[in-house]
Amino acid sequence: MSADRSYYGRPVIKAPVWEAGTAAYLFTGGLAAGTAVLAAGADVVGAERLRRASWLGSFGALLASVVLLIDDLGRPERFHHMLRVAKPTSPMSIGTWLLSAFGPGVGAAAVWELLPARWRSSWPARFLRGLSRVLGLTSATIAPGIATYTAALLSQTAVPGWNEVRQELPFVFAGSAAAAGGGFGMVSAPLAEAGPARAFAAAGAAGELVASRVMERRMGLIGEVYHHGAAGRRRRASELLTVAGLAGTVLVAGRSRAGAAASGAALLAASALQRFGVFEAGVASTKDPRYTVVPQRRRLDDAAEAPTT
Amino acid sequence: MTSRELADPPDALARANGYHEPPPRVGFFTDTSVCIGCKACEVACKEWNDVPDDGFDLLGMSFDNSGMLGANTWRHVAFVEQPRRLGQQDAGLAGLPTGPSGSDRMTEAVEPRLRAAPRGGTELGTNPLPTGPGRREVQDLGMPSFARPGDGTGAEARTDFRWLMESDVCKHCTHAGCLDVCPTGALFRTEFGTVVVQQDICNGCGYCVVGCPFGVIDRSPLDGRAHKCTLCYDRLKDGLTPACAKACPTESIQFGPLDELRERADRRLADLHQQGVTEAELYGRNPDDGVGGHGSIFLLLDEPEVYGLPPAPVVPTRFAPQIWRRVGAAAVAFAAAAIGAFVSSAAGTRR
Repeated sequence: MSADRSYYGRPVIKAPVWEAGTAAYLFTGGLAAGTAVLAAGADVVGAERLRRASWLGSFGALLASVVLLIDDLGRPERFHHMLRVAKPTSPMSIGTWLLSAFGPGVGAAAVWELLPARWRSSWPARFLRGLSRVLGLTSATIAPGIATYTAALLSQTAVPGWNEVRQELPFVFAGSAAAAGGGFGMVSAPLAEAGPARAFAAAGAAGELVASRVMERRMGLIGEVYHHGAAGRRRRASELLTVAGLAGTVLVAGRSRAGAAASGAALLAASALQRFGVFEAGVASTKDPRYTVVPQRRRLDDAAEAPTT
Repeated sequence: MTSRELADPPDALARANGYHEPPPRVGFFTDTSVCIGCKACEVACKEWNDVPDDGFDLLGMSFDNSGMLGANTWRHVAFVEQPRRLGQQDAGLAGLPTGPSGSDRMTEAVEPRLRAAPRGGTELGTNPLPTGPGRREVQDLGMPSFARPGDGTGAEARTDFRWLMESDVCKHCTHAGCLDVCPTGALFRTEFGTVVVQQDICNGCGYCVVGCPFGVIDRSPLDGRAHKCTLCYDRLKDGLTPACAKACPTESIQFGPLDELRERADRRLADLHQQGVTEAELYGRNPDDGVGGHGSIFLLLDEPEVYGLPPAPVVPTRFAPQIWRRVGAAAVAFAAAAIGAFVSSAAGTRR
């Protein structure tokens, strides 16, 4: 069998140089997007405390994202070189510009939320309020892109564990981001205002569970890296917490503040575990040449067997 | 010859990238059937390009002590020991007490430990590998020893032998994954059709490292930037041959215009097949492959994976339209869930 031949068992492709910071960004980026849409929606329907908590949560997650992303660069002081070009072939370039468009609205809204009440009637504050409403809505329309582009970032690589799940990963990440955003709203807003957060979290959690199951069913050889080791443990824990969080959201989060906080926290943890699980599965898939060689060899053999037309 | 090649003039790639009157596309043809494993290419590359060393450890992989291509290894000579004949050659082992190569034993010892290394050995593997919880666990690799291999056995244990040597290098792909994903524009296509990193631009984001389906480019821990073969861009500008090709004593590494190299490779392949080396094959010659053909093509004497090369790599950019369609659908679902959450809550409150 030639399928398992390799050069002294060495990997064929390089393992990512990205470290835990990038995996953490997958979570914080999703959280920033999920909370931003809730905040903008809360602004529209006049749910003040949900709006305030969500804008501040989004801003915190965005700041964390920027720090994590810059910190994982080999030359952090050159982070602004990302802004030299806009390259549609590079998901990282697209992500850079999405974040650049997403950031100002979240920042403006968060600054207004942080203004002391006695300043709010001054004309600069009122101007900022008007500006932040417009920019905030803009950010909310960009948020779905922020929540999902990271799937393209991972999938458009030679890493088998990320490339081969390219069909399902955007839906897993979208669900994970919605569950995290909704979960944050459930933790931080009062029951009366958290209705949209609960509905959003439930939809996200359910979507993530389905997408994740479909992804696992369609996996070939790389299913191994998703089921074994640290990646497998994290994704199993993520699934359990998502199920628990979803059940809590539907059954108790509408009636009990503690139940809402616990369900929200479970969903937040599940989202983070999902991101770390997927990240680590990809890294693991680069370390064994089989995941690169076997599918390619199979494709070659299939092409050789197929009748030439 | 495919219709595509006939249609493509030798400078088409550079023209497509905006150059006016570019020189013809150049590349390497690495004929592994005449490689003698002298590593002059590795040394010449290091010297000319001032590439830092990456340790002076013995990897135990036959005579290969540089492991694989990386940020500080732009030419890498692979050594493979196999118990079979190369064509009609007589390895001269009939009268010697020779047993099988010890490299399989070495692989068995090293392979599981490579998996435990932080980057799975792709950091060139020159760091000491973990040796188990005791840290003192010693494994016998069968060397060095005073007995000659196979001394304890008779003629029946003798095997035939051939040595495969291959000088690996960046493929300078027609559709280069590293270049496509680079978010700063540091990686660019030169007028010669090659792919080069601008060191003053690269901010070490590391995306090219996972964008390359060959595992060529890597980020250097020394300066945090991505490095790989430049096909001696500075020498090309002055009309000189790249350092490795210049230093190669057997013309295993040939440099020239790519269309000429393709013809030479075809002739060499036909010659070898005629001489009974039927296993010879060209790698990266086909412009219709997953990366649109290589700028540096190879003549191999076994399957690519035996040399640590991917058998049928595909540039990840090929999947971009499919990926973005799915991302778009997921983003719409995300937005719909958000709007639905507010609408359903509002309806619920009114009830």
